[in-house]
Amino acid sequence: MSPRPPGADLPDHPDRLWSAAEPKSSYDVVIVGGGGHGLATAYYLARNHGITNVAVLERGWLAGGNMARNTTIIRSNYLWDESAGIYEHALKLWEGLEEELDYPLLFSQRGVLNLAHSLQDVRDSVRRVEANRLNGVDAEWLDPRQVKEVCPIVEISPDVRYPVMGATFQPRAGIAKHDYVAWGFARAAAALGVEFIENCEVTGLRVSDGRVTGVDTTRGSIAAGRVALCAAGHTSVVAATAGIDLPLQSHPLQALVSELLEPVHPTVVMSNAVHVYVSQAHKGELVMGAGIDAANSYRQRGAFHIIERQMAAALELFPIFARAHVLRTWGGVVDVTPDASPIVGLSPVDGLYLNCGWGTGGFKATPGVGWCFAHTVAHDEPHPLAAPFSLDRFVTGALVDEHGAAAVAH
Amino acid sequence: MLLIPCPWCGPREEAEFHYGGQAHVAYPEDPAALSDEEWARYLFFRDNPKGVFAERWSHSAGCRRWFNALRDTATNRIHGVYRVGEPRPVAS
Repeated sequence: MSPRPPGADLPDHPDRLWSAAEPKSSYDVVIVGGGGHGLATAYYLARNHGITNVAVLERGWLAGGNMARNTTIIRSNYLWDESAGIYEHALKLWEGLEEELDYPLLFSQRGVLNLAHSLQDVRDSVRRVEANRLNGVDAEWLDPRQVKEVCPIVEISPDVRYPVMGATFQPRAGIAKHDYVAWGFARAAAALGVEFIENCEVTGLRVSDGRVTGVDTTRGSIAAGRVALCAAGHTSVVAATAGIDLPLQSHPLQALVSELLEPVHPTVVMSNAVHVYVSQAHKGELVMGAGIDAANSYRQRGAFHIIERQMAAALELFPIFARAHVLRTWGGVVDVTPDASPIVGLSPVDGLYLNCGWGTGGFKATPGVGWCFAHTVAHDEPHPLAAPFSLDRFVTGALVDEHGAAAVAH
Repeated sequence: MLLIPCPWCGPREEAEFHYGGQAHVAYPEDPAALSDEEWARYLFFRDNPKGVFAERWSHSAGCRRWFNALRDTATNRIHGVYRVGEPRPVAS
């Protein structure tokens, strides 16, 4: 009997969810960036507005940037009306997204606790709970004993450096499987005719008489009627090729996972004061996010002392984690605005649209911003929920200051 | 973690330093004379290059003095440091 060659018994490759396209010479809409926001925007352009001659250009592989690196937290408990509008719109879409995309997303509404560690934290948190309720966002204020009921592994002893004095709780918040979200949107958008072009970095925006005409890429020039930027940490670099300055600073943001553990953590816990946020993935890893590195950088790795501080904070909140081992750490490049709110809308160049500045918290908004940004691109006019997040708010002064609700733990 | 050559103390770990953002941003001579656009630019807009960036650092756990550095944000390589008041050197 002759030996079987290696791999002879492997199953066939499963059906591909989308096919990689060769770039055409022109499209009605080119989306720069094949992350969650780019894919969701493409899907809603096709689904809601019938615009299907669309290409999503991705410099690496689809959803391989921040979409592959985030900590997958979904919530809508922001302070201001403007934020509640867009994040709650997103959360409502999340609640129907698996059926909408006909794809499993492991969307799990396990709730989020935002811990308060000082009297000022308590005051700010209670205020945010009341603001959330006025905006129709589910929110409760929990005392330490109730926190312990929701998440038994949280240390609520008053004797620690940053005692837990209570927490806000949003029961409808949760997590989803980030890769599945990207694949679900890509598959659904591909079925409607959207093309995905990977390994295609946009090196320049083509502008003529104040109007965008296309993009230069590492795979040639592509003409476009409209160009929608979803380039996250590299938005400044792309926009600069059209002479547009943006109030963005790019920083590394790190996260890490532990080895696989039995289920110990039933919810999502975030703490601004001690700079850590933790959940447990379905597979069993503890997923933890850190704060951004202070210095600007486009390197997808952060400094070790940031991780060290994050671990110290996590261990104080969750003494049980002392025996867990870190499996891997990584970083992504996030674009941060001065008011911790995104920039979504028109740009100084006709036909060029901005979606950037999501900083450390863009994942949760994926379906909501896709919906609103697609509307903005299709109608050449900001969607009402995106309108407050215009670029010119930095001139008018109408900032949407979410440092309290977003800050490091976005 | 960066190894940052303080111009007074020599190379030290990044954890000893405090970041100060873009260097050479001067306070407007006559702030009241600025238009809203100009004020917004001063207040909110900073360079964000993927490449050499002139930035401020404070050696807050050492000599406590501010200085400037030229660092490449694509590689994190520090091309040089210089004291406050000195002109920006040409990046090597």
